[in-house]
Amino acid sequence: MSKKMHIKLNVNGKDEEFLAEPRELLIYTLRERLNITGPHIGCETSHCGACTVTIDGKSVKSCTMFAAQADGKEITTIEGIGTPDSLHPLQEAFKEHHGLQCGYCTPGMITRATKLLEENPNPSEEDIRFGMAGNLCRCTGYQNIVKSILAAAAEMNAAKEAAE
Amino acid sequence: MKDEVESRDDRVANLKGMGCSRKRVEDARFTQGKGNYVDDIKLDGMLFGDFVRSPYAHARITSINAEEALKVPGVLAVLTAADLEPLGLHWMPTLAGDKQMVLADGKVLFQGQEVAFVVAEDRFAAADGIEAVEVEYEELPVIVDPFEAMKTDVVLREDLVADDGSIPDGAHGPRTHPNHIFTWEAGEKEATQQVLDNAEVLVEESMYYHRTHPCPLETCGCVASMDKVNGKLTLWGTFQAPHAIRTVVSLISGIEEHNIRVVSPDIGGGFGNKVGAYPGYVCSVVASIVTGKPVKWIEDRMDNLMTTAFARDYHMTGKISATKEGKITGLHCHVTADHGGFDACADPTKFPAGFMNICTGSYDIPTAFLEVDGVYTNKAPGGVSYRCSFRVTEAVYFIERMVEVLAIELGMDAAELRRINFIKKEQFPYKAALGWEYDSGDYHTAWDKALTSVDYDGLRAEQAQRVEDFKAGKTRKLMGVGLSFFTEIVGAGPVKNCDILGLGMFDSCEIRIHPTGSAIARLGTISQGQGHATTFAQILASEIGLPADSITIEEGDTDTAPYGLGTYGSRSTPVAGAATAMAGRKIRAKAQMIAAYLLEVHDNDVEFDVDRFVVKGAPEKFKTMKEIAFAAYNQAIPGIEPGLEAVSYYDPPNMTYPFGAYVCVMDIDVDTGVPEIRRFYALDDCGTRINPMIIEGQVHGGLTEALAVALGQEIAYDDMGNVKTGTLMDFFLPTAWEVPNYETDHTVTPSPHHPIGAKGVGESPHVGGVPCFSNAVHDAFRAFGLRQTNMPHDHWRIWKTANELGLHD
Repeated sequence: MSKKMHIKLNVNGKDEEFLAEPRELLIYTLRERLNITGPHIGCETSHCGACTVTIDGKSVKSCTMFAAQADGKEITTIEGIGTPDSLHPLQEAFKEHHGLQCGYCTPGMITRATKLLEENPNPSEEDIRFGMAGNLCRCTGYQNIVKSILAAAAEMNAAKEAAE
Repeated sequence: MKDEVESRDDRVANLKGMGCSRKRVEDARFTQGKGNYVDDIKLDGMLFGDFVRSPYAHARITSINAEEALKVPGVLAVLTAADLEPLGLHWMPTLAGDKQMVLADGKVLFQGQEVAFVVAEDRFAAADGIEAVEVEYEELPVIVDPFEAMKTDVVLREDLVADDGSIPDGAHGPRTHPNHIFTWEAGEKEATQQVLDNAEVLVEESMYYHRTHPCPLETCGCVASMDKVNGKLTLWGTFQAPHAIRTVVSLISGIEEHNIRVVSPDIGGGFGNKVGAYPGYVCSVVASIVTGKPVKWIEDRMDNLMTTAFARDYHMTGKISATKEGKITGLHCHVTADHGGFDACADPTKFPAGFMNICTGSYDIPTAFLEVDGVYTNKAPGGVSYRCSFRVTEAVYFIERMVEVLAIELGMDAAELRRINFIKKEQFPYKAALGWEYDSGDYHTAWDKALTSVDYDGLRAEQAQRVEDFKAGKTRKLMGVGLSFFTEIVGAGPVKNCDILGLGMFDSCEIRIHPTGSAIARLGTISQGQGHATTFAQILASEIGLPADSITIEEGDTDTAPYGLGTYGSRSTPVAGAATAMAGRKIRAKAQMIAAYLLEVHDNDVEFDVDRFVVKGAPEKFKTMKEIAFAAYNQAIPGIEPGLEAVSYYDPPNMTYPFGAYVCVMDIDVDTGVPEIRRFYALDDCGTRINPMIIEGQVHGGLTEALAVALGQEIAYDDMGNVKTGTLMDFFLPTAWEVPNYETDHTVTPSPHHPIGAKGVGESPHVGGVPCFSNAVHDAFRAFGLRQTNMPHDHWRIWKTANELGLHD
């Protein structure tokens, strides 16, 4: 075991500070150390995307990043997206359009989709299928996930227009 | 009162009962990251266990030395077979009547086999401990080919050979070779041979349905916690059959069943992977007993793909005979089934090859014979039903390929050949040649609707033009029209012939109505994404007249839920759904008596109407179910016990037989081997439809898993028994990019024996989808002489097919 490292993170707006071995994976930090269990482990090889979080504005698979690499960074997980009283339009849309079944991929899926819509507020179906290809789902066949994201985009754009 | 101004339609809508696309109640927690999966469970002092696994597929173990591992900081214990032996837990019974090593007992039989269990403070320390365990192996010859296994002198299972060298019978009868597990037969052997011998047209074809894996996104795992103070064991885990797991744990551990609580929390997909009992469960329980602390075991993805629950691996040879006009007269099927190192197939006890004898499909075939040889090889055990009822995917793939091959032989259109051989509507209930009695069906109507919807004749004309264009050098893309018509057999099953480890395959529902007119119902099943909390409440809403939104559904906790055999094989709706309706009817029967008392009329003078009992002929006189619920608790009614509860254990009289008609239109680039799915049309008939939104979702998902299996997904081994597809880099799971949009459609032919006529749907799209995708690939090359090429049709294999047909010349 190597010497522990001093790591500071901001997760969902909250500062966290702890000592960790250099080999500690970020998904482990989130799930075991901070009890943030929304991001899930599906493969530990960056293929499935169940562990997707946002780090300094980018979608990252937290199973293949060391906690030490996230030192000083801002992290958003599904727990930081919407609240029970005010769901994010993507959360509403996934419910409305049956965009999930077992729910295991859903936190990563929605977290990734928030970034996709930030980068491209008017995605085509093809844009969505390409932009979400790093997140695997075994249950839905993606059809209703795509539908949910299209619906959320429309909803968010309408709200933005109304506000302007 | 609000009720009085509502129309009957409003009252029906208010219930959100059967037939409406009610939004899922599960989704609030899942969309907010508040699901509770097994790996989310965290208990005080919890330890983590993980396996030392064999790098070899067949080897003797000469020594295991854990000394160094025990010095690793954070490592508390290392369990080996020698530690488990005094408890009698170094081997465990399998669901198939065989036994399986929990930890390697002197030898290993497949790569990845569990050799030792390291218990540590966290998973990093466990990994360090695994590295430090020294195991010495002596390699043995590896047998990965089941045909070779039946000839070789290499004995895989010495424990199944007598001291004098003789071969004792197995759980399913006589064995003819040390590596032979069983031979299972159905149908008329001689009569079938006679029909084939005298056939006007006879075709023979062999096909290999490759080994694959259900690969749910969440792997298998558990948390075992032995409370030594109270003598209670709690086991949380990814169990598709929690009650059966409790019974198995009790039988093998000797802990009395009332002292064991098994809980299936939220499950991240199952697809058959989570039916079996795995060494990880046993070792976690033992480790918790040894350490006195809770112990968690969670597979990683490689463990999952390499060791728990493969599916398929059937080598099938078929003979089909017909008249010159195409009327099928006979069918013969032989299967060599590769079961791996232990026979751990998850099938009902009397069916070692599952329901493979549904392989006469949707056709009126008068004479048939099936023979399946189960064989041991140096591969992982499993043999689960990956999104299908027991071996039904194999059966449907077999017949749907044989029909295509026959069409080629006859020079007939494959759609027409199917049509003239379908079982007719008036023949139901239909007794099939291999023993099953199909409950209901209207195949011709479904087929015509499907072919019309896709403009089948137009597709064939376009395809013919494409072939001309290809030959003229105008295009390098061929077009395939894939067809499949499937009949499933689900809802296992009648206790008279279906059991697992002696447990009858009934299922159950228990309902409690609360005084204020809401309810909780508990079932013996467990959802893994199917949305039971949503749909079972809909069944009940329609049966008992309380809104689905006022009904909580709970499953998966053996301390509270009634006993049932769990969720797999599309059995939840056919069996537990029936139990739910029957328990609801018991509630309604009592409610009727209460209503009659309150309305001061005879029991027979009131009738149920949506959400109330009304006096016959005087609809203005009524009591709502809400009022009746309160009355059940607040007043003494002569001759009626207080309270409003019911329980039903439902033993289905027959299986259910969902069916469907699928069409896939595919373009294939002959130079790259890349298939592009232009269109996929899926018509499903699952009987009465409970929630169309959820049915559609199940169809999308099942088709996507079918696409995966047909077009690339496999568990492949090299000659040394090394798994070549142990990560998601090599094991194909389709992304959003590869998957098309599906068109869904339906007909409704209710099951005559099911209380609400429902048949089950979760697995239909997989069962029908695999042959449909595969037939599309085959069909694209039909004009160039292709008859049979094996799945998975990945780009390389498709390219090779094109190459072998001379299309690159």
